Amino acid sequence: MSPEERQEIEHEIACYPYKQAVCVDALKILQKHRGWVSDEAVKEVAEILEMSPSEVDSVATFYNLIYRQPTGRHVIHVCDSISCWVMGCGSICEHLKKRLGINMGETTPDGRFTLLPIVCLGACDKAPAMMVGKTTHENLTPETIDALLEKLP
Amino acid sequence: METPLTEHIRPGHPSPDLAAYQKLGGYQALRRALTEMTPTEVIEAVKDSNLRGRGGAGFPAGLKWSLVPSGDDAPRQRYLVCNADEMEPGTFKDRYLIEGNPHQLLEGIMLAAYAIKADTAYIFLRAEYTCSERTLREAIAELFAENLLGDNILGSNYNLNIHLHTSAGRYICGEETALLNALEGKRAVPRAKPPFPPQVGLWGQPTIVQNVETLCCVPHIINHGADWFKGLSKTNNSGTKIYGVSGRVKRPGLWELPLGTTLREIIEEHAGGMLDGYKFRGVIPGGASTDFLVEEHLDLPLDYETVAAAGSRLGTGTMIVLDDRTCPIAMVHNLETFFARESCGWCTPCRDGLPWIEKTLSAIEEGRGVASDIDLLHQHSRMLGPGRTFCAFAPGAVEPLQSALKYFADDFEQHISEKRCPYKHLQS
Repeated sequence: MSPEERQEIEHEIACYPYKQAVCVDALKILQKHRGWVSDEAVKEVAEILEMSPSEVDSVATFYNLIYRQPTGRHVIHVCDSISCWVMGCGSICEHLKKRLGINMGETTPDGRFTLLPIVCLGACDKAPAMMVGKTTHENLTPETIDALLEKLP
Repeated sequence: METPLTEHIRPGHPSPDLAAYQKLGGYQALRRALTEMTPTEVIEAVKDSNLRGRGGAGFPAGLKWSLVPSGDDAPRQRYLVCNADEMEPGTFKDRYLIEGNPHQLLEGIMLAAYAIKADTAYIFLRAEYTCSERTLREAIAELFAENLLGDNILGSNYNLNIHLHTSAGRYICGEETALLNALEGKRAVPRAKPPFPPQVGLWGQPTIVQNVETLCCVPHIINHGADWFKGLSKTNNSGTKIYGVSGRVKRPGLWELPLGTTLREIIEEHAGGMLDGYKFRGVIPGGASTDFLVEEHLDLPLDYETVAAAGSRLGTGTMIVLDDRTCPIAMVHNLETFFARESCGWCTPCRDGLPWIEKTLSAIEEGRGVASDIDLLHQHSRMLGPGRTFCAFAPGAVEPLQSALKYFADDFEQHISEKRCPYKHLQS
């Protein structure tokens, strides 16, 4: 674990009466630096928080936004919940799959994009929506998606 | 018409910082509570106001706070948790309140924490709200810098720390006991109840979990009193409500309106009515886990009791409209796909029942349904209903299903008898 990663985790530990409370934070910190959470990362979190690796993994595998597999540089999360569905997220998903040449849950061969579905992003009045990295994009059309993807390295 | 929660929110503009918020009268309620009121008096004021939880369940807030043990032998450590895990599909009101006026929420948190004598508060924020996270971090830092958080706030001997916890995305974390497990760093499955969190909550200590919108009401109640708050509503409920509309309407969005505003006014006036070429067919009034209402309900005032009497729930007050060109079975299928995916898997009826429902609806939608599927779906609605599962997730999940079976029975039958979806050619 890098000193920076360790320092960030220690900072979170100070906010709670018990170390285990920062399990999710620690996983997110390692993921931020490494792109995903490997088995090795699970063991490192377990060690620093004095938990068993299986306990940590039971948390890691529970959340939609902890990646237990390597991802592309940009993870695209397309909302497929009710408001976006009513407003046509189906065709948005089809457009993305076709354009990127991958299915949901896959990464492009050049390692640029990973495509995943996500539950309601809370952008229901501006549906359809998707989240790329940490940014939510709203009122999507195939054209705005194309323009957005071209800008991403 | 008064809109206390949203009057200082300017979409597209930066939210009021601490100085601006104080200029608008912000933290006056906190000042008053800390200098003139005992914690019990704050609880009484909130009790008198009849403020009910805005997160979905509608439990009276003051009553909940009064359940925290307060005698000399009561645990000294208590926690206040703000539930900002807004993951109910179709719901986007808490994001608006957080990003539009973060100090209003923080003042509400501080008042609630003072009322239950908690020295630590956690905000449990969903991971995807990264703008909300930035906004809250800045606002909390401002409070610490001005000694409005920390030790001896405003010279009152009251100490409070607020920590922001960001989640990693899972719907069940909005259930208050699952949220507590999530905060403790455990797999976020719900806990057995009783005991309830006001007695045994975070790390076994008395804990109040309260939704963002509920907490945002508290400073206004302290400033203006219970009678004023009661008077904001059109019915015998109290306060305003952030109502929201999404779906094929002209102006989807959010509006702060008197509690008890009719469905018709919200959809036809505020949301501008249906998009041209679409007709209103029905609505789930309070997020994905509420029963459909239909045309006959349009003139009902949307308050807790009236919506319940009509067979649904006010829920989060953010509604999703079903139009006449969207297949109701496909809509319910989408909802149940969500619930099947997000079930935490802890109890069998939910873990196994929801995927079964999802597959059955999928078969009907694709023209592979058989007549007995309808009975099967009715049976599932009962078997996943209240009292048969570990938490309220599955009973919520079957609400749109059971009401769809009632209001859209002809559509179900047509799919099965014609072995196709009659809406396919209507969709753009």
